[in-house]
Amino acid sequence: MLIGVLALQGAFREHQQALAACGAESIQVRRPEELEKVNGLIIPGGESTTIGKLMMEYALIEPIKYRGEKGMPIFGTCAGMILLAKEIEGSEQPRLGLMNIKVRRNAYGRQVDSFEEDLNIPVLGDDPFRAVFIRAPYIMEVAPGVEVLARHEEKIVCAREGTFLAAAFHPELTSDGRLHMYFLNMVKKSIA
Amino acid sequence: MGEKGTWAVKKGLAEMLKGGVIMDVTTPEQARIAEEAGACAVMALERVPADIRAAGGVARMADPTVILRIMEAVTIPVMAKVRIGHFVEAQILQELGVDYIDESEVLTPADEQHHINKHAFRVPFVCGARNLGEALRRIAEGAAMIRTKGEPGTGNVVEAVRHMRLMMAGIRRLQNTPREELMAAAKEMGAPYELVVQVAETGRLPVVNFAAGGIATPADAAMMMQLGADGIFVGSGIFKSKNPAARAKAIVAATTYYNDPKVLAEVSKDLGEAMPGLEIAAIAPEQRMQDRGW
Repeated sequence: MLIGVLALQGAFREHQQALAACGAESIQVRRPEELEKVNGLIIPGGESTTIGKLMMEYALIEPIKYRGEKGMPIFGTCAGMILLAKEIEGSEQPRLGLMNIKVRRNAYGRQVDSFEEDLNIPVLGDDPFRAVFIRAPYIMEVAPGVEVLARHEEKIVCAREGTFLAAAFHPELTSDGRLHMYFLNMVKKSIA
Repeated sequence: MGEKGTWAVKKGLAEMLKGGVIMDVTTPEQARIAEEAGACAVMALERVPADIRAAGGVARMADPTVILRIMEAVTIPVMAKVRIGHFVEAQILQELGVDYIDESEVLTPADEQHHINKHAFRVPFVCGARNLGEALRRIAEGAAMIRTKGEPGTGNVVEAVRHMRLMMAGIRRLQNTPREELMAAAKEMGAPYELVVQVAETGRLPVVNFAAGGIATPADAAMMMQLGADGIFVGSGIFKSKNPAARAKAIVAATTYYNDPKVLAEVSKDLGEAMPGLEIAAIAPEQRMQDRGW
């Protein structure tokens, strides 16, 4: 099993480290050829407009969409979640649009309002999950069929739709590997 | 709501900027061109470093109106500069809500002995450094991100290369230094012992390290990335060139595909003239910005 981490911009190194800590092998993906080798893809945090433009310019949107539609699991964190969303409030920026969710960018305000807090994520067990939110988005609306995995003060901050997983926070910045393990199990099931 | 301004949150934003290009802009129009080209953040300024250098006199924090207009124009993070040691300019920028403060040698220092105590702020700081010791001093003061100083406003990459090589050589040297010699190394570098030990053990700076100060072409950006930079600041290099939009886009692509000569060759074509460059030897020693701060 090989996991790709989209390495156009952002915290891709931290995701690779988190995957390694979970015992999973990963490669950086910048080209369609690299995408062909992987069984699952992580889209990291970073600047969603930057990543989206580079995805479009270097012909990655269609191949990722194709693989996603064919059942390859994709996990998006922060900017990655924005790029997975079908709808981005007030924005026409490039995206994959694979998940039936509507997101709001910079939903908590500017960097001075960035924060960390313990979240309750029932699918990961009873222990709280330390979540780091950086100029974070949240999910405003989900379509039927989207499973809400976590909320922060009523706002949806983690969700799953079939083989797609999205988090508004950064599991790659803390040492808690449970969300990465959860995704790795999704990948395992998809290739079984 | 949650804990704000923590180390994880400050350092975390810099992690999110990695592999990206941060561009100096002086107007909302330039900010939109930068965002459209794929900048991961912009630095809001009254004048780019080349113009500050040409104007001479005392360079200060930009007028808040300029910064606020740029903040309104784009959705990407906005940084702004304060003079070295000028903690009140920093208090003002934090109040405005800028996303990152650059305590910068491009402006005229307000304090020749002391940098700002950056731990006292909720907003994160980036600081310039010429070598590992200087980087670790700034990190100990609370900087959550480091950049090489280079020589700003010159369009000449030679000083950025020098500083990045010194930084990387310093790290490699510590990795090969036996534990009992680290205290002496800390003393010699003028850096806190705990941070010296951490670098020796991990083989990297504890925070993100960008390249800055003289980057003018896609090749410059890719070279700095190959030398180990986590990302790129371009100051005068974009809006002092003939075709800013095309050059900005090319530098963004070169920063992502820094190891791919095919892409680098492609994006380097037809960019028009780069900014006029300055030979470092032609700059009087007292005009060298990199020697500001310690």
